Amino acid sequence: MITGISIYEILTVTSILFFIGVYGFITRTNLISILISVELILNASVVNFVIINKYLFPEVLQGVYFSIFIIAVAAAETALAVSIIINLYRQISSVEVKDIETMKY
Amino acid sequence: MNLNYIILIPIVPLAVFLILGLFYKKIKPAISGYTGVMGLFISTCLALYTAYNYFFVIGKTDGAYQTFVAKTVWMNFTDTLRIDMGILADPISVMMLIVVSVISLMVHIYSRGYMKGDPGYTKYFAFLSLFTFSMYGLVLATNLFQIYIFWELVGVSSYLLIGYYYTKESAVAAAKKAFIVTRFADLGFLIGILLIGYYTGTYDFEILNNPEGAAILNWASTSFMGLSILTWALLLIFIGGAGKSAMFPLHIWLPDAMEGPTPVSALIHAATMVVAGVYLVARLFPMYYFVEDGFALNIVAFVGGFTALFAAVIAITQTDIKRVLAFSTMSQLGYMMLALGVSGYEGHEGLGYMASMFHLFTHAMFKALLFLCAGSVIHAIHSNFLKDMGGLRKYMPITNITFLIAALAIAGVPPLAGFWSKDEILVAAFEHNKFLYVIGLFVAGLTAFYIFRIYFGIFWGKEGNYKNKPHESPWSMTAPLLILAFLSIVGGLIPFSRFISADKIGFETHLNYPLAAIAVFVGLIGIGLSWMFYKKENELANRFSLGFGIFYTWAYNKFYFDELYLFVAKKIMFNGIARSAARFDKKYVDGTMVGIGNQTVKTSEKIKGMQSGKVQDYAFAFIAGAVILAIICIYIWTN
Repeated sequence: MITGISIYEILTVTSILFFIGVYGFITRTNLISILISVELILNASVVNFVIINKYLFPEVLQGVYFSIFIIAVAAAETALAVSIIINLYRQISSVEVKDIETMKY
Repeated sequence: MNLNYIILIPIVPLAVFLILGLFYKKIKPAISGYTGVMGLFISTCLALYTAYNYFFVIGKTDGAYQTFVAKTVWMNFTDTLRIDMGILADPISVMMLIVVSVISLMVHIYSRGYMKGDPGYTKYFAFLSLFTFSMYGLVLATNLFQIYIFWELVGVSSYLLIGYYYTKESAVAAAKKAFIVTRFADLGFLIGILLIGYYTGTYDFEILNNPEGAAILNWASTSFMGLSILTWALLLIFIGGAGKSAMFPLHIWLPDAMEGPTPVSALIHAATMVVAGVYLVARLFPMYYFVEDGFALNIVAFVGGFTALFAAVIAITQTDIKRVLAFSTMSQLGYMMLALGVSGYEGHEGLGYMASMFHLFTHAMFKALLFLCAGSVIHAIHSNFLKDMGGLRKYMPITNITFLIAALAIAGVPPLAGFWSKDEILVAAFEHNKFLYVIGLFVAGLTAFYIFRIYFGIFWGKEGNYKNKPHESPWSMTAPLLILAFLSIVGGLIPFSRFISADKIGFETHLNYPLAAIAVFVGLIGIGLSWMFYKKENELANRFSLGFGIFYTWAYNKFYFDELYLFVAKKIMFNGIARSAARFDKKYVDGTMVGIGNQTVKTSEKIKGMQSGKVQDYAFAFIAGAVILAIICIYIWTN
């Protein structure tokens, strides 16, 4: 609970953060950038969890626990994605999306 | 009455069939032969015990033979209409049990010698067991549907055995012909069954055959084109029976069926399966007799009489000994149908019914014997044709004697089996229909003539031109011949009328001396004529056949019925109906399905560009969809 700032302002900020992530996910051509965009999306949702917990149900802590859980999952997911990207780079010497579109019709 | 163990009689051959059929690659031929014979031996012992028990110990109550039924519900349609599976023991089914098991056992023993060294030995015995099982099932059926199921099973085992030498083109064609012709007839049978089920509400023989029952008493309540519907149903069922029993005009498959191994012809196409049609009419005899005052029964009599005459005429002209025997079988089956047709119901009136069953019994013995003898001859000289035979009496004494006994039996010479049963048939015909009696008498003469024609042709006359000296067959083949010859001699002395009669009470028969004398005299004339023509080679027979001119050619070509059917099938049915149906099928039925397939392919060609393979395209589509859904939800929610 931060004095002088209502839940709406914070939700607006997290929404902007979320859509920046989505925009980045769709438009970036580099796999690392895409990964960063995914992290943005996840962070937006983590902030949402904490804020809603604090502002609406201050007497419980589920939202906070959940955010820690999401951070752990995000870390694991990043490790996995980076290892895939490194292997991909060893194979085709590139991490550009346009080079890995063989799975089509 | 406890006769539940009857169920074991069909089950033993079924088990043998399953064992031989499933493990036929692992079982040695010697063992499979013994397995088949042992299985049949057990069945035969049980069947004989059943017959003793039924006829002499427990079958009779209040002077009439009772029907013993044990059954279980198989399919339930309505409260009354249902299909049962079970066993039924009454005089004719017990009698048939004896016929089937004895002949089948003899054929099994004989086949061990005849089929020796054949590559499909085990398969052959498996098929024989399958056939025996199906025939038992047919005989013991409790209702029309059960008999129909086993009817088709005997049809299929007959098909398998006719086409046993499946590398021979003619055998394959004959098997197909037999199956298709009988199947065609069975269509009539099926429609008849359904009609009976619809109009009487039951398939059960006991209920249908009760002379006081609703099924028979209400025959007049329905009518179609001037006849009771039940009469139509019975006529349709008779078509099925005529198909199996090779009655005119559905007879064309039986002569061709001789392509199968000879023991098979003896078992299936002489003694057991072909009498299934006669058995079916006998099974439904009270219905045939009471419905519409026996209209359907008259048709049965005339079809039988005509077939007897028609087949006997053809038999005279044939040169393949198995075909002569095949036409002879048709002729004798016609006799049985004729006898059923002229029969009454009560007491001595039911003489024809009893005579028919009697003739079925004796005919099975001596005709199986004739076929097995023919098989023995064919085994020795490897030819079916009379021109290759002659003078074999020196080389094959046992076959000669047994063939002679069977020939005398079929010619109706007393006191052999055929004399007694044929005499009863002629008496029954004489009492009811003089015209049919004359036909029957004439056929008796023809029978004696053609059977002695082949007898003299095989065993007397000019000696054939043999490469190797023919020799008598081994014991496994001659022993069944001797047993059957014994049965052909004594079979007629059984007082059949005490055991089997239409009303199941039994009656006494006495030899009708004048009629018997006439029949024997006619038979002897036939034998005498063939003695004159064929005992020593001479020109009489040829000159005689030339005297008949075109009629002889017609009969030799079986009155061109095969050609007629081929013409109808190929020219009219194939060209007219089948071809246009095929065109319709190809153009519209197939066209619809092919069109749907082609359209799918074309559409997918056009839209496959959407699958770009780029992750971001998919993500964009997903997110765009999610956003649109969210907008819709918000719109609905705010209104």
